[in-house]
Amino acid sequence: MLFESGGITENLDGFDQLSWQGGWINASRPDTGEKATLGPSQNPVGLQQLPGVSYGMTHQPTYNPMQAKAPAPPGTGLYPSGPYQPVHPVSSYQPGPPLSSYPAPSGQALLTRPLMGGPPSHTPPQSASPGPRLPPAQATPPPPAVSSSSYYPNPRQPQPMAPAWHYNTAPPPMGQPTSMSIPPRGPVPNHVNPAASSTPSSTPYSSAPPAHVPHSVTQPPGPGMPPTSLHGYTQPGPAPPPMTHMAPHTYQPSRAPYGPPPTGPPPTMKPTPPPTGTLMPNATPPPPKADGTVAGNGPQAPNSYNHVDNKMAGLPQPGPPGRHLGHYPSLPPGYQNTSALHNAGPPMHPAMQAATQPYTQPPQTYQQPPGGPGPAQLSQSLAALSLQSSTPESLRVVNLLQERNLLPPNPMPAPTPCLPQDLQKINCNPEVFRSTLTSIPQTQSLLNKAKMPLGLLLHPFKDLSQLPVVTSSTIVRCRSCRTYINPFVNFLDQRRWKCNLCYRVNDVPEEFMYNPVSRSYGEPHKRPEVQNATIEFIAPSEYMLRPPQPAVYLFILDVSHNAVETGYLNVFCQSLLDNINALPGDSRTKVGFITFDSTIHFYNLQEGLSQPQMLIVSDIEDIFLPTPDSLLVNLNECKELVQDLLKSLPNLFEKTMETQSALGSALQAAFKLLSPTGGRMSIFQTQLPNLGVGALQSREDPNQRASAKDIQHLSPATDFYKKLALDCSGQQVAVDLFLLSSQYCDLASLGCISRYSAGSVYYYPSYHHQHNPAQVECFQKDLKRYLTRKIGFEAVMRIRCTKGLSIHTFHGNFFVRSTDLLSLPNVNPDAGFAVQMSIEENLDDMQVVSFQAALLYTSSKGERRIRVHTLCLPVVNSLADIFAGADVQAITGLLACMAVDRSATASLSDARDAMTNAAIDSLTSYRQSVLTIQQPGLLAPACLRLFPLFILALLKQKAFRTGTSTRLDDRLFAMCQLKYQPLVYALLMIHPALYRVDDLTDEGALNINDRTIPQPRVLQLSVEKLSREAAFLMDAGTVMYLWIGRNCHPNFLTQVLGVPNYAAVPDNLYLLPELDTAESQRTRAFIGWLRDQRPFFPSLHVIRDESQLKPTFMQNMIEDRTESALSYYEFLLHLQQQISK
Amino acid sequence: LAIIKCTFTFNLFYILFPQIIAFDELKTDYKNPIDQCNTLNPTIEKVKKIKRVKIAIKLVLPEYLIHFFFCVMFFCAAEWLTLCLNLPLLAYHVWRYMSRPVMSCPGLYDPTTIMNADILAFCQKEGWCKLAFYLLSFFYYLYGMIYVLVSS
Repeated sequence: MLFESGGITENLDGFDQLSWQGGWINASRPDTGEKATLGPSQNPVGLQQLPGVSYGMTHQPTYNPMQAKAPAPPGTGLYPSGPYQPVHPVSSYQPGPPLSSYPAPSGQALLTRPLMGGPPSHTPPQSASPGPRLPPAQATPPPPAVSSSSYYPNPRQPQPMAPAWHYNTAPPPMGQPTSMSIPPRGPVPNHVNPAASSTPSSTPYSSAPPAHVPHSVTQPPGPGMPPTSLHGYTQPGPAPPPMTHMAPHTYQPSRAPYGPPPTGPPPTMKPTPPPTGTLMPNATPPPPKADGTVAGNGPQAPNSYNHVDNKMAGLPQPGPPGRHLGHYPSLPPGYQNTSALHNAGPPMHPAMQAATQPYTQPPQTYQQPPGGPGPAQLSQSLAALSLQSSTPESLRVVNLLQERNLLPPNPMPAPTPCLPQDLQKINCNPEVFRSTLTSIPQTQSLLNKAKMPLGLLLHPFKDLSQLPVVTSSTIVRCRSCRTYINPFVNFLDQRRWKCNLCYRVNDVPEEFMYNPVSRSYGEPHKRPEVQNATIEFIAPSEYMLRPPQPAVYLFILDVSHNAVETGYLNVFCQSLLDNINALPGDSRTKVGFITFDSTIHFYNLQEGLSQPQMLIVSDIEDIFLPTPDSLLVNLNECKELVQDLLKSLPNLFEKTMETQSALGSALQAAFKLLSPTGGRMSIFQTQLPNLGVGALQSREDPNQRASAKDIQHLSPATDFYKKLALDCSGQQVAVDLFLLSSQYCDLASLGCISRYSAGSVYYYPSYHHQHNPAQVECFQKDLKRYLTRKIGFEAVMRIRCTKGLSIHTFHGNFFVRSTDLLSLPNVNPDAGFAVQMSIEENLDDMQVVSFQAALLYTSSKGERRIRVHTLCLPVVNSLADIFAGADVQAITGLLACMAVDRSATASLSDARDAMTNAAIDSLTSYRQSVLTIQQPGLLAPACLRLFPLFILALLKQKAFRTGTSTRLDDRLFAMCQLKYQPLVYALLMIHPALYRVDDLTDEGALNINDRTIPQPRVLQLSVEKLSREAAFLMDAGTVMYLWIGRNCHPNFLTQVLGVPNYAAVPDNLYLLPELDTAESQRTRAFIGWLRDQRPFFPSLHVIRDESQLKPTFMQNMIEDRTESALSYYEFLLHLQQQISK
Repeated sequence: LAIIKCTFTFNLFYILFPQIIAFDELKTDYKNPIDQCNTLNPTIEKVKKIKRVKIAIKLVLPEYLIHFFFCVMFFCAAEWLTLCLNLPLLAYHVWRYMSRPVMSCPGLYDPTTIMNADILAFCQKEGWCKLAFYLLSFFYYLYGMIYVLVSS
């Protein structure tokens, strides 16, 4: 059998590479952070830390009352925060770092102790080692207080912890070094709830401060310590996990040194052993003990807390530590603090990165757990300081009303499911396969309680830079459910494997025993199929019903007067001429052309003709094909004729006065032409079809556009297009629609033709070759991508999931042929899908569930291929865990799809209400079921902190907004896109990114292909962030706006825009001049990079205060109040009001 | 009078059968979603699927019409009680038909949305409920017929 592994790179798309890289960076960040701490003992960091801590303390006061109740003893110590703060940076600093680190461990020590039970003997020695540090801790009682304060909130903490332990026990670290390495990661992912998740990231930072002190200390103990620490590990199953948690916080820095000796690579491990030791010490010494007790109550909380502080503090320190200190005393409301810190934040971030870079290599893959986004946490975490942090970072309570700056400064990575590290490592890339809940609830009732939608978001045909392709005569599948073998199956022994979806035991075929990659026999679990969650098979003939179809492209062009006026024909013909050799296909590729106005024109391109022959059929009621054989011709054989035609086509209709459009008949003709083979039709339409079958009437009343009442006509006026699409789907024909129109075109009806035939829709409102050059460029670029992108023909996609789960609804463009099967006549790399899931049977005894999407298609080269993606997710049984695993971006994407459906079947206001209710319900549920301590304010777990913002953004999105004048077609196109775009792009449409671009620097810049791409931070969408002295770039997915402030620095105007002053900025500027200045290069590199990341071409509009587009720009300022919509703060108040009802 | 009732009951059989067949088919489609053998046969499967839906469409209309016809007959026969029992269903049928998706041909079910779990479940439930209703009314009519026969 043939085997090519990992070899084939399908479309190499810059975008993909980037995205993958991005993933890497994120993953590695924590590590790097950690490393950084280890290596350069950053004294300055230490300084910062203190401020951070103290600052947190200041907040605490509010909570203290509550906390006080729980642990009496520490009380006095706790609140010293006040006095503490005054401490000078220097003095505080030294003790500070140790302190901060200490307290946390101590608390844990207490916790662990009971668990450990036996190992005190070991501990003493350990304690000795930490001893050196202890002194400082004791010296500075206040710090413990800090920690304690943070802990208070969670008297219940022990409970949350318990689950975490369980998890940990599962992967009992002990044993060999390898296992060792696992535990550190294990806990992290495992922790659904746990602070641990947060800890990893935090550790790096927190560690930094202590690092300098411990450095010397730690090193010596290192060698001796390891054994003892290990011991502790092995003996008590449960004990180790807690240690791991703690370790990250405080000891990591010092531990790191240890680590190497025992296990070698896994630095994370090391940290764990030390904690135990440290814990014990804490317990023993009375004074610390008090702290410890306090901490004990809330072991995890402190950790996250600390690390948060550390991060915050540590990062900024490079700049002005003193400044921060100053801040903190005065910080009563979290609000102020956060903002201040926030500002500090950005600079830090790059620095962080820089520091981390060198260290990236370490294997640690500490994936940021649920809460994940390292950078994101910074800002929010600051804010969160004041709040009691329950266990995991993602569950940290955030009072949305008080914390303003929640938006992560960089794009958010997807949360990582809490899986054992080895599974997570091979899990499907979240850009391809993503779930709204990274922890699947055990029962439907639990899911109902959580009030969050469960679903998957897929981008199955995404261009991947690395895709293993397997050629094999037998494709190993489960015999009962037909699941493809995947990395998450169990091998019972060499010859049998157990399906992870239906649990049937299957035989391993003889052929599968041989591994062509390693050329070894008897290692079925090393095969690429079992090593990769995304894989492609070349399918044998059983997977074909008929010989694979050739690539067939049919272009249907509107040539009525209106169409000629827009001038699109020139662009189209030119683009096709340019790309005619790049059309995906092989020697069998066929093309054809049909033009239409009130009649249908066919083009006979048969070989041997001297020039293309136009055949006109004017009987549009009963359409027929004049010469069925020669209308679709082989591209290679007749290329010259095709080129002739393309050159003459624009001139052919120059003088036409025909204004009618018989689209329906043209489609019927095209269907007849394509139905024997299947293929792709591309329709270019510029007006409402008004003749023959499928004629439509204008349903839009322009006066009603802005009405707050319900929007009518969101559903199709006729089912002609839908029925035709179904016929097309049956014949493997997909219809792509390019709508270039300035008037109402009834996209609701026309769109059906693409929607049910798995096509795509492109819409260029007000397209005109002279009046709207930005659209022309956009059309050109889109067309190029469209013509040359990969394509799969006669495809079907089946989504399987573990028994007990079932698919509820699909979203996207396709026809649902069976409950889990989508018919996709064509599949393209830019199509995304969403699936709502429901839980039919309880998933009681399952640890994980899997989802598998298998896409069977014919490549443009006539190969039958199967692309299989498998996603594995943990099952949890507590609401807290579900919330901890919520993926707010995916939830938003899925809700948007559901809302689109809702507005078509019910009404727009219904859909809007449903979205608001989704936010209310889930936050209510969180408040009632997860939060044990009720506080005032609008509380959300950290992982959902952006949920209200995204919902508000959706309500203000073109698709769902009311009260603002929105053309019906614009609205419908936005709806189409929400359903059809992959999540990343849809999110940009929902919540645009705003960057300040007049002060781009190379600090923290990415370096891709020798281009330096600056990375400005993402700003909140609020006018308050704009300033007249600056320039801002708003990236709204399909369009970008460059807003120039009135007093913008002249440097920017001259260096980037090439104009002398503000007044000279032209009105219709949509291109940045290519100036040879650093600023210009940076700006263009950044915009180019943003554009490269997506398959469509966002047009750029440079706007000033007077520009026509300014209102559009301002409408995207989601957090601000508009005449008809609430501001973010008002929306939060509204939510709060509803929740507290 | 007896004769009329007799024909009613027989006619009811005719209503029942198509109902059972149609919804059973839909149901089997639901219960047995994985067409083991035909997974790779898009064309055939798809046609089959659409046909199945069409069957349902074809069966639904006659059912409505026959039911309407009954109601008219009951009205003519001055069977007020029976008519009252049937009126709600009649109203439901009217409502259901008025709120059907946009379609150029008569029918209720849209092949593109029928596979939505909610809609399918609803159709199924609706089918079973009506089946039960028809069955009960069948026995009621039977009882009425026999009663009339015996008493006369």
